[in-house]
Amino acid sequence: MKGGVLVRSIILVVGIYIFLKFVLPLVTAPLPASLIFLYLTLTLSGILIFATLSGESTEAFWGPIFRFLRGDGQEGAMKLARLAVLLLFPLLVGWQTYNSTAPSDQPPGENRTIHPAPPGEFVGLSNPFQPTPENIAYGKGRYFSLCFPCHGNFDGKGPAAKGFNPPPANFSDPTTIAMLQESYLFWRIKKGGVGLSIEGMPWKSAMPRWEHELSDEDIWKIIMGEYDGAHQKPRTWE
Amino acid sequence: MGNHGDIRPTLIEQYRRRAAQVTGVAVAIGLLALPALGLAQDAPTSAATAYRDIPQLGGSRNLIWVIAQLHLLLAGFVLGVPIFAWLCEIVGWKTGEKRYDKLAKEFTKLLTSSYATTALFGGILLFMLIGFYPKLMAYLSDIFFPSFVVYCGLFLIETATLYLYWYGWDAMQGTKKPLHLFLGFLLNVFAFFIMIVPNSWATFQASPVVIAEGSDFARAWAATWNPTWWPVNIHRLIANVVLGGYICGAYAGIRYLSAQTAEERDHYDWMGYVGNFIGVFGLLPLPFAGYWLMREIYQYNQQMGITLMGGFLSWLFILQAMLIGVLFLGSNYYFWLGITHRIPGSEIKYRKPIMTMLVILLLCLGVWMTPHSLVASLEEARKMGGTHHPLLGVFGVMSAKMTVANLMILVTFMSFIMYWRAGKEETAGWAKVAKALMSAVLVIAGIVVIVLGVWGYFVPAIIRINYFSVAQVLIVLFVMLTITPLTALLLRSARTTTEMVWGRMPPRAGYALVLNAVMVILLMTLMGYARSSSRVHWHIYGVMRDSSQYAFSPALGYAAAFMSLNTFLFCMLVAFIFWVATMGDKAKGKDPIEEKKQVPVGAYPAMAGGSQTLDKKH
Repeated sequence: MKGGVLVRSIILVVGIYIFLKFVLPLVTAPLPASLIFLYLTLTLSGILIFATLSGESTEAFWGPIFRFLRGDGQEGAMKLARLAVLLLFPLLVGWQTYNSTAPSDQPPGENRTIHPAPPGEFVGLSNPFQPTPENIAYGKGRYFSLCFPCHGNFDGKGPAAKGFNPPPANFSDPTTIAMLQESYLFWRIKKGGVGLSIEGMPWKSAMPRWEHELSDEDIWKIIMGEYDGAHQKPRTWE
Repeated sequence: MGNHGDIRPTLIEQYRRRAAQVTGVAVAIGLLALPALGLAQDAPTSAATAYRDIPQLGGSRNLIWVIAQLHLLLAGFVLGVPIFAWLCEIVGWKTGEKRYDKLAKEFTKLLTSSYATTALFGGILLFMLIGFYPKLMAYLSDIFFPSFVVYCGLFLIETATLYLYWYGWDAMQGTKKPLHLFLGFLLNVFAFFIMIVPNSWATFQASPVVIAEGSDFARAWAATWNPTWWPVNIHRLIANVVLGGYICGAYAGIRYLSAQTAEERDHYDWMGYVGNFIGVFGLLPLPFAGYWLMREIYQYNQQMGITLMGGFLSWLFILQAMLIGVLFLGSNYYFWLGITHRIPGSEIKYRKPIMTMLVILLLCLGVWMTPHSLVASLEEARKMGGTHHPLLGVFGVMSAKMTVANLMILVTFMSFIMYWRAGKEETAGWAKVAKALMSAVLVIAGIVVIVLGVWGYFVPAIIRINYFSVAQVLIVLFVMLTITPLTALLLRSARTTTEMVWGRMPPRAGYALVLNAVMVILLMTLMGYARSSSRVHWHIYGVMRDSSQYAFSPALGYAAAFMSLNTFLFCMLVAFIFWVATMGDKAKGKDPIEEKKQVPVGAYPAMAGGSQTLDKKH
């Protein structure tokens, strides 16, 4: 089929776009534009690689495009279509350029460092308390009285969670506290959102600074309770 | 009066000339005096000077950045090329194919000029460091003085060995060839030590070990054997092989694109293949070495580990994934182009396997490039419930990255195996069993790598890091160590069905080779920045603080501009070195591929996928 490779390629790109933009959000949260762009770029790269492997496939892919743009033997609707493309494409590029440079009242995309490095005084600390059932139970008790409203049943879905953006951390997600050492959590609980380091700017955390309400002992035991309740283990090197 | 009319134009002309001369001299003096402007600032307190600067020339840090990066890239080149040349010389010696020996000699010829250029940049770097950072350099000299002496000694014997290796090339042919190969071996051994000695200085800055007591030698040795020294040594050694291979490929690609005759096309097509092969050969174990390095950094200091992998430098690793992705795609694309163009009629046979491998590579790349925290607008972040996507967020952590990296290595390895086997038919009676065994090993290995990757989310981090990730690496190595010898055994008795034809690759193959080289250089500049920036505001981490005006980390866009500038300058330098080194040949009017005509088109199968028939004829 003449132009078959090209048509199949266009269908593939459009199909993947529809899947990422409209189908996937039916089962999960919508994808940000940056991610959709990344996946479409990969798709296009794959198409270009595969289509240019041999002379025949290269001709099948690029041939119709070049012939269309050159206007070889075109008449009627095709001629009009070519003129429309030649006219609209620069306008599209211009519009896109304008759109990306024009002042906007929308805030820019977030590029926040979620896990900034802890200050030196919190590096290398280890939990001085043994994870005995009593200590864990005590930590969980403190957790449910102080942390539960936001962090919920260790899943980040407490009764007050919806009031925050970004939402409270979900401890049962294996990509959150399971990736961190206990000393990191100690820093975050003790110093809260206002204690984030400069690289964590813009500071967007409603985490209270618990050092005024809680003793170090309480904080270490809450950390134990968190890991136990979320069925996670802290990162260690032993 | 009338005379005045005659004289005036002459005088004006003279004034003009003199004005131009005076201006030129003034500009020259001004340029030469520029450093004095900066140096003069701290002159009165020179005894206690910690920093000097030349803001008029872009600032001390930027100058050091450019010179140090160029020196490192050149050093990587001059350490990678001898490995590349020596490997080619061995293959030429073992197989009797003179073109390998000629290729090795062609690249060794570059060494004399590139050594001088590297040393020149090293000298400039040293003067700049002493000038700009006297306090830091005094501290480092105090600790590392014994290794400075060793370094000088190594340079002397390395230079002597290089002279013997290069100038003795023609004299040490025939029965003396083993002696020449031994010299090549020594050249690489000394080069390795020349690399690891300064590595100790750089790694000391990131992971210092300082002992207060003991002799000078004991202090220097303790500082040398710091936690990140060996991981960096191994990582750089492999990376140098990759750089050497891909630069050879790029050189061949450019020469292929400008080839005037069929013989030239044949020769440079073949050379491009060898360069790509050696580049890929080094690329496959490189991620393992990188992982080990990061693991050691994380274990040495949690703060530094988080700064790199989770903190403000973590975006560099997304860029790294993109560059490595292009490199993997580029290398595989070149293999696939080789199958479809050098082995006539094989396109239809290999189209489906190529598509399968391409889809796997793209899926893996999609996972590798997906960040843990996504770039999202306020509205998008609200819809996702934060910057972590509830479904795709799981791709953003090491368990996923390690899994896809291993799968991409497996796919690339299989691309090479497919290329190697293309155009041949196995005749051994046990061929079916062997092929079934290889397929089973490959499929089972792929499944186990994926299972371990998924399982990694449900075990403590230390289990994943110490056991699962290591197991994934070992499985991939097992596949390579099983399938390579089995394939070699199978092909020993294989019948050639389609002869391999050199010089038929399309121009895009040459561009792919150039692209691969640029990607490797960009990667080295990117990761050089990451390694250096991970020390944040410390000259020597936790020991000596950076109190200069440049004690801040530049923004990613600014850093990316410098990476690009350094890549461009290095490419220009390498082009200059190639031009200088080949100038003599052109002047002689000697056909650079004259000797190649004596060699049949076939190639040694393990290296170039040549045909048994032609090899036998030869």
